[in-house]
Amino acid sequence: MSVELKEIIKEENIVYRKTPALTGNVMHYCPGCSHGVVHKLIAEVVEEMGVRDKTIGVSPVGCSVLAYNYIDIDWTEAAHGRAPAVATGISRLHPGKFVFTYQGDGDLASIGTAEVMHACNRGENIVIIFVNNAIYGMTGGQMAPTTLVGQVTSTTPRGRDVKLNGFPMKITELLARLDGTGFVTRQAVHTPPAIRKAKNAIRKAFENTKKDKGTSFIEIVGTCSSGWKMTPVEANRWMVEKMFPEYPLGDIKDI
Amino acid sequence: MKGNEVIAEAAIRCGCDGYFGYPITPQSEIMETLMAREPWKETGMVVLQAESEIAAINMVYGAAACGKKAMTSSSSPGLSLKQEGLTYLAGAELPCLVVDVARGGPGLGTIQPAQSDYFQATRGGGHGDYHLLVLAPASVQEMNDFVALGFELAFKYRNPVMILADGVIGQMMEKVRLDDRVPRWSDEDIERISGEWALTGKKNERARHVVTSLELDSYKQEEFNHKLQAKYRRMETEDVRHEELSCDDADYIFVAYGSSARVCQKSVQLCREQGIKAGLFRPITLYPYPRLPLQALARRVKGFLAVEMSAGQMVDDVRLAVNATAPVEHFGRYGGVIPTPDEIVEALKKQIIKA
Ligand SMILES: Cc1ncc(C[n+]2csc(CCOP(=O)(O)OP(=O)(O)O)c2C)c(N)n1
Ligand code: SF4
Ligand SMILES: [Mg+2]
Repeated sequence: MSVELKEIIKEENIVYRKTPALTGNVMHYCPGCSHGVVHKLIAEVVEEMGVRDKTIGVSPVGCSVLAYNYIDIDWTEAAHGRAPAVATGISRLHPGKFVFTYQGDGDLASIGTAEVMHACNRGENIVIIFVNNAIYGMTGGQMAPTTLVGQVTSTTPRGRDVKLNGFPMKITELLARLDGTGFVTRQAVHTPPAIRKAKNAIRKAFENTKKDKGTSFIEIVGTCSSGWKMTPVEANRWMVEKMFPEYPLGDIKDI
Repeated sequence: MKGNEVIAEAAIRCGCDGYFGYPITPQSEIMETLMAREPWKETGMVVLQAESEIAAINMVYGAAACGKKAMTSSSSPGLSLKQEGLTYLAGAELPCLVVDVARGGPGLGTIQPAQSDYFQATRGGGHGDYHLLVLAPASVQEMNDFVALGFELAFKYRNPVMILADGVIGQMMEKVRLDDRVPRWSDEDIERISGEWALTGKKNERARHVVTSLELDSYKQEEFNHKLQAKYRRMETEDVRHEELSCDDADYIFVAYGSSARVCQKSVQLCREQGIKAGLFRPITLYPYPRLPLQALARRVKGFLAVEMSAGQMVDDVRLAVNATAPVEHFGRYGGVIPTPDEIVEALKKQIIKA
């Protein structure tokens, strides 16, 4: 017995649908990239909380610079590393809004270290989403502050050498030590359970904005299949085996 | 009142929404005055000490992106740091006000007054083809007047406006007539004035607003640059400002702005006492430069002396305007030294009159 397709595609059979807070623009990310999943989670949270008209995003310089093409809210793009300062300006003058930055590891943990430290130290009432893929994706795979010891990148062709380049920076732990942060967590988006947890964390961060609980900081350990020169499956495996021991998942601070 | 204090007072009175700054001599009184005045109690204006000039200008960027009246102030080394933010503001077409109370350089230089920031103020300063609209006050009264005017022009052009002062004007005490208080803009005002682009939260009935200076298509980026250039041409026709003192019958003209212009007023008087018909041409907008009125004078005078507290920056614009119609020379004291009226007169005699 054959089933007609149109008999299957019915309202009562739908178990998943794209949240209207995603624009529907085709994403420019490489196959296996974590950015798209993180975008989806933010869009879902904003939609489910019913705060799309009160949310303002600040996109970084990095592969996710064009995040504003995908989540259907008001956005501004910031100079490289400066998103937390830009978000400070927005949030101070729009106290009732949900203001978040979206930043990569080069943007946040290298060129923007001062801005993120001080925004967190002031306890700015913002959410910071930090996608750590241990590399500069956008510029073609150079070393990031979070690059692992021995990890091969285009500027560490023989692997990261601590004598030359220092150590992988655990900026999330550093920020958790600041009194201004209220919620600091590290998540990933490589499996359905991980995605659910990451979404809950994002939701909690946005809820914290309502309660003015200080800065909420969410690191997402992510993949950069292109920068790492791996297939998406290999990249996920490498992330679990190599990155998670260095960057363990879970809440670091929750007050 | 002191020039710096007047900037703070004028900001509160004109309904400024946010000031973000970082301490540096000789302008720290601006933030200090604001902090002492606590305008957040009175008007709701936000005042925040940032961790650096880079952060301060980016906070201004965020506030400006919301359609708010945002400002920062600094002095020369701090301005160097703000240049990144300024090119992004210009590229995203955001209005804001930046005050530079300039001091001598290069490097850490001196805390004494100088006019050696002319290039970084008028040439754009950061990367890309852009300009700030630059106002040069020569009195404490103009420090007051240019705050409200600066915001007006910033929103007229959706472009950063700079008040380029120097340590003399910032620290000088003069009588000043303050403006009447203007309330801060309401949400409805912002909707009316900047509703097409400001970040106010995406309502269902409108498309999302995106403030960015990124354009990956080079043809579109060129088109955007055409738009910017058209904006600068419009500034040149609608908002060039200058002032002339005793230029009508003058044979020789000092060209000077800011505190140099104040010194030159005295030099004009000294010249006249000695029978030399001198006048003063004072550019008030440094960008756009008052090229045409200067050109008109060039046809009938015997020479110009550009007087600056720098090794010769504005003189380039004088030469471009005069275009070899009359002799142009430069006299400068710099590194924090202020020229005396007498030495300016001597320079005129030696370099231009040559008799
Ligand atoms: C001032 C400045 N310096 C350098 C660059 C070049 N640049 C663009 S993106 C980037 C690094 C991005 O890496 P990351 O933040 O980790 O983001 P990813 O692409 O990996 O998501 C760099 C160095 C720039 N645009 N501006
Ligand atoms: S280069 Fe890396 S971070 Fe950038 S889109 Fe591709 S996979 Fe994602
Ligand atoms: Mg990265």
